[in-house]
Amino acid sequence: MIKPILVFGYGNLSRGDDALGPLLLDYIESHCDLTEIELLTDFQLQIEHALDLEHRSLVLFVDASVACINTFDFSQLSAARDKSYTTHAMSPAAVLAVYVSIKKQTPPPSFLMSIKAESMELGEGLSCAAENNLQQACLVIKELLRQPNLKHWLQQTEQALR
Amino acid sequence: MYQHLETAKNPENLKRIVVDPVSRVEGHGKVTLLLDADNKIQQARLHIVEFRGFERFIQGRPYWELPVLVQRLCGICPVSHHLAAAKAIDQLVGVDPENLPISADKLRRLLHFGQVLQSHALHFFHLSSPDLLFGFESDINQRSIMAVLAAYPDLAVQGVKLRKYGQEVIRMVSGKRIHGTGAIAGGMNKSLSKAERDYLLEDIDQIVAWAAASVTLIKTVHESNLPYFDDFATIATNYMGLTQVNGALELYHGGLRAKNAQGETIMDHVDYCHYNDYIHEEVRSWTYMKFPYLLSLGQEDGWYRVGPLARINNCDLINTPLAEAARIVFKAHSSGAMVHSTLAFHWARLIELLHCAEAIKELLHDPDIMGLDLVAKGEKRYEGVGVIEAPRGTLFHHYQVDENDIVTKANLIVSTTSNNRAMNESVRQVAAEYLSGRELTEPLLNNLEVAIRAYDPCLSCATHAMGKMPLQLELMDANGQLIDKLVKHSNGQIERLA
Repeated sequence: MIKPILVFGYGNLSRGDDALGPLLLDYIESHCDLTEIELLTDFQLQIEHALDLEHRSLVLFVDASVACINTFDFSQLSAARDKSYTTHAMSPAAVLAVYVSIKKQTPPPSFLMSIKAESMELGEGLSCAAENNLQQACLVIKELLRQPNLKHWLQQTEQALR
Repeated sequence: MYQHLETAKNPENLKRIVVDPVSRVEGHGKVTLLLDADNKIQQARLHIVEFRGFERFIQGRPYWELPVLVQRLCGICPVSHHLAAAKAIDQLVGVDPENLPISADKLRRLLHFGQVLQSHALHFFHLSSPDLLFGFESDINQRSIMAVLAAYPDLAVQGVKLRKYGQEVIRMVSGKRIHGTGAIAGGMNKSLSKAERDYLLEDIDQIVAWAAASVTLIKTVHESNLPYFDDFATIATNYMGLTQVNGALELYHGGLRAKNAQGETIMDHVDYCHYNDYIHEEVRSWTYMKFPYLLSLGQEDGWYRVGPLARINNCDLINTPLAEAARIVFKAHSSGAMVHSTLAFHWARLIELLHCAEAIKELLHDPDIMGLDLVAKGEKRYEGVGVIEAPRGTLFHHYQVDENDIVTKANLIVSTTSNNRAMNESVRQVAAEYLSGRELTEPLLNNLEVAIRAYDPCLSCATHAMGKMPLQLELMDANGQLIDKLVKHSNGQIERLA
């Protein structure tokens, strides 16, 4: 049975702050009710991950981002041909675009939690700043997953913009 | 050969072109070209621009951590590193390959076939098919999997599902999509349950059929544009890889074989534990990537290619019927001689894809994969070497440990490093034959990337770095003044700035 909510945290645990996505999944696993939630992780997104979106009611991607301005950003995603699909590492928007192409239907409502990262060197641990950012993001995620419905999540994106 | 284009005589008087980074390969590489006043190529190099030490990452760790730890070296081929590490640490616990329990051996092979299948599917359907189906100099907006999805929807979906199937094989065998603990010292952590086996069996006939169709497609593409496909980036080289005792194609375990450009044997059935006696690595000042070579032939003549083309060239047969039939057709194309066309990497890669699909099917019908005798034990040793044929070619892991089981020394030779000299030669061939004397444009420069991409290089592995995404193409005059600049942004958009 496919669970209706998918949280997909991606990154490499051994590349410093790139571990933020998978680490946030660890937090969810130990702090949230997973009855309706499936947790998936990978090093990076690729086109076959579009198939993981099938039969979901809500999807949340979690990633580390050096471009993130705030501690974290929470936003709704739209399918987009942003050309990241020409690489081995696709953006979540491009994965949604692949979903549209393959399934010929609108993808499930999807959101992105970007957590601010500083350094992603092989063999490094999490930076102090990223650790702090992760803690704050965990609290928000926990709240989001307590109310996993589109209306509430959209409200949270609006709050994040303020 | 085009070795004369490695270093120009008067570089200070030449225009400089940089393709940075090379796209649709994993990691960050760049190509520099030096041109004279008539736009004639005087120097062409593929550079690797970052360096991080894999060995430093591994040293100081207890050996039993390695099968999981090394998966994090590369997000593209984690299973290859996982299995090479497992083979090396088998030896640290005193277990030689012939003593591995039969179930463990077959489960590792199943895992490896799943990895090669998904990797080859990604490379052909997602990264290379846009070039092959739409043309090397087609509009950049068309050179993507999205355009393939639009123009060839069935083909593109097959690519997605082949990739997905390979990932599912990995998940079933190792228990997880990534960070799995399938292989451990001396064996495997788990076998396949009947339910897992039946789940994989559901789609395997379709996977074999799609893989066979992909071989037909690449043959058609290749033959539709002769002699271009036979000549483009083509270089006559030595080839190296593992084979079985009877000379059959082997991806998981065998002896090292090398042949020269004429197909004559340089070495055969070499125990890879003694690779140091046969292969050395040369360092050059202008790149972080090393240049391996066969010691018996020396630095100048001993460089070689690895990967699908090398393996299909080197082997005498393939032990699955459809792939063997495809190999015979492939070899007939060159009248049985060694195939040197760099674009034939794609054809060879899809023959291997078909072999993997057939081999997976065969193993899924083998009750040994559900066996429970999974781990062997032996006397501790202080040194271990593990070698497999990763999707991109021969992969070496070599460790030494101390009395506390801590890794004191590690050496890795990844497949892209073995192809370093060949990729440079292919770049020079394309530069000399297709670019020299012409006004440089982005589609024309894509030819360089096509040549590199045929090798499916993993520059992250080769340089031990995760790629970032700057890209710029600068044209400078003889005085070093910038006269033109193309920038490819991280989203793939091209912008002319000067």
